[in-house]
Amino acid sequence: MALVLNEDQQLLKDSAKNFCQQNSPVSVLRRLRDSKDEIGFDQNLWKQMLELGWAGMAIPEAYGGFDFGYSGLGIVLEESGRKLTSSPLISTVLIGATAINEIGSEEQKRELLPKIAAGELMLSLALDEGIVHCPNRIKATATKSEDGYRISGEKTFVLDGHVADKLIVVARTSGETENAEGISLFLVDTGLAGVNISRTWMVDSRNSAKVSFDNVNIDAACLLGDENGGFAALDYVLDIARIGLAAEMLGSIEEVFERIVEYLKQREQFGVLIGSFQGLQHRAANMYSEIELCKSVVRAALAALDNKSSERDEIAELASITKAKLSEVFFLVSNEGVQMHGGIGMTDEFDIGFYIKRARVAQQYLGDAAFHRDRYASLNNF
Amino acid sequence: MNMQLQALDDFRISTRKWLEKNCPPSMRTAMVQEEIVWGGRNPHFENPESKLWLERMAVKGWTCPTWPTEFGGGGLTKEEAIILNEELRRINARPALTSFGISMLGPVLLEYGSHEQQMEHLPKIVRGEIRWCQGYSEPGSGSDLASLKTRAELQGEHYLINGSKVWTSYADKADWIFCLVRTDFEVPKHSGISFILFDMSSEGVSTKPIQLISGASPFCETFFDDVKVPASNLVGRLNDGWTIAKRLLQHERTMISSFGLASGQSDRGGTTSTVASLEGAAMHYRGDREKLSDPVLRDEIAQFKIDSAAFALTSQRSVEESKHGQGPNATSSMLKNYGCELNKRRYEILMKALGSQGLGWEGDGFDDDELLVTREWLRSKANSIEGGTSEIQLNVIAKRVLGLPDILSMSKTNDK
Repeated sequence: MALVLNEDQQLLKDSAKNFCQQNSPVSVLRRLRDSKDEIGFDQNLWKQMLELGWAGMAIPEAYGGFDFGYSGLGIVLEESGRKLTSSPLISTVLIGATAINEIGSEEQKRELLPKIAAGELMLSLALDEGIVHCPNRIKATATKSEDGYRISGEKTFVLDGHVADKLIVVARTSGETENAEGISLFLVDTGLAGVNISRTWMVDSRNSAKVSFDNVNIDAACLLGDENGGFAALDYVLDIARIGLAAEMLGSIEEVFERIVEYLKQREQFGVLIGSFQGLQHRAANMYSEIELCKSVVRAALAALDNKSSERDEIAELASITKAKLSEVFFLVSNEGVQMHGGIGMTDEFDIGFYIKRARVAQQYLGDAAFHRDRYASLNNF
Repeated sequence: MNMQLQALDDFRISTRKWLEKNCPPSMRTAMVQEEIVWGGRNPHFENPESKLWLERMAVKGWTCPTWPTEFGGGGLTKEEAIILNEELRRINARPALTSFGISMLGPVLLEYGSHEQQMEHLPKIVRGEIRWCQGYSEPGSGSDLASLKTRAELQGEHYLINGSKVWTSYADKADWIFCLVRTDFEVPKHSGISFILFDMSSEGVSTKPIQLISGASPFCETFFDDVKVPASNLVGRLNDGWTIAKRLLQHERTMISSFGLASGQSDRGGTTSTVASLEGAAMHYRGDREKLSDPVLRDEIAQFKIDSAAFALTSQRSVEESKHGQGPNATSSMLKNYGCELNKRRYEILMKALGSQGLGWEGDGFDDDELLVTREWLRSKANSIEGGTSEIQLNVIAKRVLGLPDILSMSKTNDK
């Protein structure tokens, strides 16, 4: 398994880092937040990202993408995570395109993937219904109708839901609420009658929405994957999403840590640099060690996704290891980010607060550390 | 490039063939403590096949695969050594020889020893003919190692050594010692230390074993009373021993960090023992069949295993990265610290898993595995003390990796 980047990947990383540093400082997110921007991300910035090919990073060449694999997409996510770059990368590129590419029919792929790569289509996953992530606890229903299905139910934590063109809706076509059996996926146009989207203003200023479906009629061709048997495919897509999100979290963690170390080297109290205090040094050294582990699991998980011989079980285990570990460490480092900056860390004027806010949201999205430890234990039969 | 790959492939094939033919059957089973081969002047082979295995490996120089053939080593490139290692693991082969000569002294002799010293000592390490011990810590010098007081005074062609060492592993079984001594008392403490080698059978050397909280141990106290050592046994420059001492510690830490790795790996099962895996032990002692019934313990075990997996990947990444760079560096401190803390965690969880069956000291109320858990739990407490405490490792990371300022730099009291 390659845990070190190859030359192409290193080049991509350097250019992505430069791009985000120059074009997307945290002040961009701050401006979007303060102006309550209607779209919620900078369209000009997104256009530039499209020109760099970021939307097609993991999409196969045959469908208008660049075939740079999930490792390539992970690198871009890591660097955009450093600056909390606001974009539809997670909702549309990481989750939407992956769902179409992994589950979609040939026709669906041909129609939708090139549009995603070109930035002409925004997608969003409508999965969670309760306050905690639990992908098999689905109440939303899709009942058979004359032309297709009729969808009813409510969804929350729908990233970029307010600007999405289509939603990937997880609904129940049979079975009881907690059953994995009987779950199906549908592509639903947001413009259809009965689709109600209300934007939710999240603490981390990432776009999210609640969506309700009131007897929404959709065509039979909107089914994505197998009827009733959608859960396994969904779970695999979620694993890819968890790993990609973890890559983004890694970037944010690295940035916070670098800012901490820099501050320890310039802030003076009692006539000395505070970085000379052992009480702070050891905490910094512990964080460094934990971050080294984070880098390793993210690289390993991304490499496993690109390795054609990886088994699904192996991916599931790696995804849970990665999301659990990154959630814990982002929690730790974001807390220390505020504490070790002292009073200035509490001010809104200072950027560090944006990171602790992002941390809590990213920790929960697609399963927090406890969710993934439980899943890891189940995967390992204990 | 292709030719290189072809050559590596050929090497793998010939290595595999050689191992198939030469690795005795019992050497392809999990190592047991009593059968570890340490070599030395009076070597002990609990299992006769260990002797055969050592001899065969030593002839190839594969006990020290990357050392130059001139000194009896295998002369392999890093890539070839990795292949050899993979092939050894493939057949579950035991290490033919375990020694501080291989893991600690050898690498620094290759870097700092004179050609004569290399010719004299390295081949014997490869063949397991001399068993080495490490004379570092002293009763008054633990974490502040550089404050050591054992003195070596030049008298003609010899040094006269006086003082004592502590925590000398296997001092009572070793043939030679690599030892830190003070050769100048007038200069700042780091500048007056030298690195010297001598025979443990020299007149004036005595040892005394140390009993630990876990019971008998390999550790000893070691005393030097007017020990005469030829001046030519000094390694590197006079009073420049601290450089060598620190380098050797990096090698030692790399070795110790593998304990944490092993704790993660042994956890993947492979033996039939009820305590081989944490979750297996926890379920066995609770009579659980499908799922561990204690949700708190289950969560703790999952967290431990996740950290172990992440740590194993990090060790692997550090190997991949060092392929391009040099030997061990400050990341060895990170791996040492994390690996040791992991191993301690593992035993604490194992204690919880076994309940009162993990609290036995001796006697028929407990089986051998259970008694071993108690002892090993206690022994694991030393992991974060030996080879530099966890606190010292964190100091090293803070200073050398993160570049944080040193509050003690004025007093020069802390630099291990």
